[in-house]
Amino acid sequence: MRALTKTTWVELKLFTREPLTVLFTFAIPFVVLFVLGSVFGNAPPNPHVYRGVGTLNYYVPAYVALVVAAIGLIALPVHLAAYQERGVLRRFRASTIPVWSVFGAQIAATFVIEVLASAILVIVALAVYHTRSPQSLGEVIGAFFLGALTFGMIGLFLGLALPARAAQGAGVLLWFVMMQISGPGAPPEVLPTAILRVADATPLQHLVVLMQDAWFGFGWNNGEMLSLLGFLAGATALTIVFARRS
Amino acid sequence: MNAVIDVEGLRKVYGSTLAVDDVSFQVAPGEIFGLLGPNGAGKTTTVECLQGLRHPDGGHVRVLGLDPWAQRSALRRRIGSQLQESALPDRLKVWEALDLFATTTLSPSNREQLLEQWGLADKRNASFANLSGGQRQRLFVALALVNQPEIVFLDEMTTGLDPAARRITWDLIEAIGKRGTTVVLVSHFMDEVQRLCQRVAIVNHGHVVAVDTPEKLIARGARQLRVLFTWEGEPLAWLESVPHVHHVSQQENQIEIEGDGPVFQHVAAALLQHSIEPTDLRVERPNLEDVFLQIIGKAEEG
Repeated sequence: MRALTKTTWVELKLFTREPLTVLFTFAIPFVVLFVLGSVFGNAPPNPHVYRGVGTLNYYVPAYVALVVAAIGLIALPVHLAAYQERGVLRRFRASTIPVWSVFGAQIAATFVIEVLASAILVIVALAVYHTRSPQSLGEVIGAFFLGALTFGMIGLFLGLALPARAAQGAGVLLWFVMMQISGPGAPPEVLPTAILRVADATPLQHLVVLMQDAWFGFGWNNGEMLSLLGFLAGATALTIVFARRS
Repeated sequence: MNAVIDVEGLRKVYGSTLAVDDVSFQVAPGEIFGLLGPNGAGKTTTVECLQGLRHPDGGHVRVLGLDPWAQRSALRRRIGSQLQESALPDRLKVWEALDLFATTTLSPSNREQLLEQWGLADKRNASFANLSGGQRQRLFVALALVNQPEIVFLDEMTTGLDPAARRITWDLIEAIGKRGTTVVLVSHFMDEVQRLCQRVAIVNHGHVVAVDTPEKLIARGARQLRVLFTWEGEPLAWLESVPHVHHVSQQENQIEIEGDGPVFQHVAAALLQHSIEPTDLRVERPNLEDVFLQIIGKAEEG
C-alpha cells in the first residue's frame, strides 16, 4: 500500500512537470464549455431533445464523462506505452516495487487529475452558466468512480498492448468517435438508430447516461452500471493478459 | 561450496530461438563472478532468469535458496539489479528515484551515503533526462544497492562509459565486493572481468564453455608465449633451433618469437651467447582476451 501511495504521488509530481499536458487537460473542457455556452446559453428545456433538461444542463455531466474518457483513453496509454518502450517498466519489475502498484498508480494519479479537471468544469458551469447542480451527489460520485476505473483499466490495456505511437493513435481515434456518437456530441434524440446501436457498444455512452441520470435526479441506472461493469471486467482481463505477456 | 547461486542445466527458448541451451554454474557467497561472452551468447537471458524476470523453460535454478520465478517477490527484497536497456521517467529527479526505490525495502541504506558514494550528491535535484550516460549508470547502481542486497547483478554497466568513468566504476564494484556482497557481473570487456572477477564463466551460444579463475583460464592458453625485441642486423635463422621456440617471424626490425614454457629464458641465453643484448627484450603472456578468443574460436570450429 505504501508503494502504491508513493508511486501515485510521484506520478502526480511528474504530471505537474509537463506544463503543456497540464494546460490541455484543464483548459480544453473549459474552452468547449465556453463555446457551447456562447452558442446555446442555457436555453429553456425542450422536452423533445437533450433529454428534456436543456442544452448546457445536458452537456455538463456528459463533459465530465468526456474528461474521464480523454484521460483514460489518451493520456494514460501514451504514458504507459512510453514506460514500456523505454524500459521504465523493466526497471520497476526488477526492483522491490510491486509492478501492480505501478499500474495502480496510473489509475490513481489519473483519477486525481480527472477529479480536478471535472471540478473546474463544474464550478465554471455552475457559476457562469447557472447549470443544474447534481441532484444526487452520492450517485454522481459513484458514477464518476466507476467511469474512472473503467476508462483507467481500458487505458492500461491499450498502453500495455500497443507501442507508444499506436497507443496514441488508437486512443485519440476511440475518444473522437465516442465523443461524436456517445452523448457528448449530438444529443441522442437526433442521432439515427444505426449510430445509436454502435454508441451502445461504447463505454462512454453508458457512463454519460449513468452520470446524467444521477445528475438530473432520474435515479441510479442499474442497467448502465452493469454495462460499465462489463467493460471494466473485459478491460481488466485483457490488462492481466498483457501484463503477464510483457 | 555453499553456493548463493546454483544453476543446473538452465534452458530458455524464445519462439524458435534457443537463447540458453544448457547453462550450469555456482556462485559462492562474497564472490565477484563474471559472465563473459559475445553479444547474443545468452548472458542477459541467464541473468534475467536468476532475477526472476523470466521463466526458465528447463533446468534447476536457486538464488539464495529461492526459486527465482515462483518466489520472485521474496527474492527481489534480497537482490539488487542494474539492468541493461532500462530507464526511469524523464522528469524524475535523482533523489526521488532513490526515495521511491527505498519505499519497499526492509532495511533501507542511508540514501545520502549512496548519493555521496556514487558521486550523485550534487545531482540530487537533476532530472533523469538531464543525466549523462555515466551518471545514469551510477544512479542505477545506487538504486540496485538501496535495499542492501545480498547479491547484486550488474549487466554491462560500463558499456558507453569513457575510460576514466570505467576506472571509477571498477573501484566502486570492488568496494561493493569488499562489503561482502556477492556480485554477478555481465560483461564483454576482458580487462574488466580480468581485473574484478574472482571466477568467470565464459558463455557462448547458450552454453557455458569454461568456468574458472581468470588466472587459470589464462594459464590454459599460457603455452603460447611471445618473445619480442628490436633487431636491425642480418636474419637470425638460428633462433628456430632454440629449445621451446615454435616459430620466428620478423616484421621490419621487430622480431617475434612464439613458444612455450621457459622460451624466454632460452632465447635470452642464446642471444647472449651471440653477443646480442637487445634492451627491449620482453615476453608477452596471453591475456584473458586471447584465451577468450581461443575458446570461442574452438567452439566455432567445433
